[in-house]
Amino acid sequence: MWDYSDKVKEHFFQPRNAGVLADANGVGDVGSISCGDALRLMLKVEPETDIILDAHFQTFGCGSAIASSSALTEMIKGKTLDEALKVSNQDIADYLDGLPPEKMHCSVMGREALQAAVANYRGEVWSDDHEEGALVCKCFAIDAVLIEETIRANDLTSVQDVTNYTKAGGGCSSCHEGIEEILVKVMSERGEAFKPGTPAKEEAKPAGMTNLQRIRKIEAVLEMVRPQLKRDGGDIELVDVDGKTIYVNMTGACAGCQMEALTLQGIQQKLMEELKEFIKIVPTKAGALSRATCHP
Amino acid sequence: MEGIYFDNNATTRVDEAVVEAMLPYFTEQFGNPSSMHSFGNKVGLAIKKARMQVQELLGAEHDSEIIFTSCGTESDSTAILSALKAQPERKEIITTTVEHPAILTLCAYLEKEGYKVHYLKVDGKGRLDLDEYKKLLSDQTAVVSVMWANNETGTFFPVVEMAELANAAGAMFHTDAVQAVGKVPLNLKDTKIDMLSVSGHKLHAPKGIGVLYLKRGTRFRPLLRGGHQERGRRAGTENTTSIVGLGKAAEMALEAMAFENTEVARLRDKLEAAILAKVPRSFVTGNPDNRLPNTSNIAFEFIEGEAILLLLNKFGIAASSGSACTSGSLEPSHVMRAMGIPYTAAHGTVRFSLSRYSTEAEVDRVIAVVPEIIAQLRKLSPYWEGDGPAAEPEKAFAPTYA
Repeated sequence: MWDYSDKVKEHFFQPRNAGVLADANGVGDVGSISCGDALRLMLKVEPETDIILDAHFQTFGCGSAIASSSALTEMIKGKTLDEALKVSNQDIADYLDGLPPEKMHCSVMGREALQAAVANYRGEVWSDDHEEGALVCKCFAIDAVLIEETIRANDLTSVQDVTNYTKAGGGCSSCHEGIEEILVKVMSERGEAFKPGTPAKEEAKPAGMTNLQRIRKIEAVLEMVRPQLKRDGGDIELVDVDGKTIYVNMTGACAGCQMEALTLQGIQQKLMEELKEFIKIVPTKAGALSRATCHP
Repeated sequence: MEGIYFDNNATTRVDEAVVEAMLPYFTEQFGNPSSMHSFGNKVGLAIKKARMQVQELLGAEHDSEIIFTSCGTESDSTAILSALKAQPERKEIITTTVEHPAILTLCAYLEKEGYKVHYLKVDGKGRLDLDEYKKLLSDQTAVVSVMWANNETGTFFPVVEMAELANAAGAMFHTDAVQAVGKVPLNLKDTKIDMLSVSGHKLHAPKGIGVLYLKRGTRFRPLLRGGHQERGRRAGTENTTSIVGLGKAAEMALEAMAFENTEVARLRDKLEAAILAKVPRSFVTGNPDNRLPNTSNIAFEFIEGEAILLLLNKFGIAASSGSACTSGSLEPSHVMRAMGIPYTAAHGTVRFSLSRYSTEAEVDRVIAVVPEIIAQLRKLSPYWEGDGPAAEPEKAFAPTYA
């Protein structure tokens, strides 16, 4: 069974704003019946102010699809359309205290329903640029279509390349066989044979970041999480960045906290999302030493 | 744990008598059956007894036709790979579109290795076309692998007849019978079935034990090579406790065979008829006239199966579904797709699978709960309006990228 958060369960068992909204003036129908998830979002917008007075949904889908729909309606009520459009799929997932990676597409669907409903209200045609293939990398929720297109567009030749460009395969590595298969297929299209052991292309910093930009970005992410750590009487500081390894110092209550591993994992995930590359976060010896003194 | 367990095609509880039979083989009877001393000897005798108990359940001619393995999947892989190794000149496999992944994933892998795999189609009720099958059989066919009963719908395939046809074409015949063994009387000595897979945990034995039936005279190549265990056909120290447990479970299954086919079938029929009568726009998938006595697979249109399971679970009821979301894939059950069940129904299929431990009170409870769960979810469905589906549901809701 999926590991759903209590918040997901609560929104599934007691969905808010379910059912038809009779006087809706913006409706968005999105989803895929073959995948088993589809959603109708209905908005009642006040024309003078663009404020969303009410939002309802109807969903054909699983527990997390229903929960994401319910969360979305709660999040956008009272907002103006422009404010509402700033709600990202990650915001929906965060509101629900997270979704399993295989279920992130449920939050994406919520975000797309919102775009479609707003477009409908404004009399625009919303077209979807979304193409979803079979999920290959479950750690980072990367599907086959994205991997295929990235290999094609960048002439990639190795699994490491694919990981560098898409993150796919950068986690547990159980999908490497699947990535190799896609490489074989795409490379044979351009008349090449896939050779295992081909060195990765030079590890260009993704998105063309300089070292300085990259470190600034890392610092910015750490700044983001610090207030929360400080609330719990702890802190984190950046010690060094060596390639894909980021060394940090956990101080105060964070050092040696039983939740340290979990906290670091969360920060690592955030860093990977921001940097769009696979990195590893490692607490330094200094941190380990203070742990040793705390817990002899 | 309290609760209503109607998911016995997934796995079953180990009978207490089975546990009791196993316990001495963890402690005082811990010996290795291959050893010369008396610690091993008694264990060897216990395995011999278990082998005969399984032989009895399968109606096999010789006890040496029973090879103990670690699970149904190992038995399936051993059978198919053995058939290919033993007949290198034959490069084709015939199977069906609705097999268990233990067969389908292996076949997909073998296709990459250069074998030709033919997948027999099924009709709307999950039945095979034997004419199509006959046309595909040739001197290139190494092995035919067709399940005895489908795990999702319970539908039987005519494996005894199909084995005769394979035999006439000089091909080996294997059947994945993990769902049928213990629920269907078997008499393998009177069939042309060469190989058959059994999984212990489907018939109230523990997980981690299986059987490959191998008819005497069938050419064989082991998957695991090493020691002389199982007459060199499956090396590796025997899982003695589980083998003893499976023997006991086989004996009990044989005793309960009539009960499974009368009382369990009656409860299943009652459950199914009541749900169909109370829930509009629901139907049985597979072939209700020819299926396992314990299985009912019902499609509830316009809603999604994982949501149904989560609500059932809230009421302490365990079942399973063919929806994409429960499998972690993006497609609903390949069995439902193969039968041409539309997406709006395939995602809403729920399998109830009973056992001889299921009670009338449990059935009544499920009958009472299911209609309100379905109604509750349909209220959320964009295909549903008030008390019925929207007029022309597919037009009333046609989302982007459908």
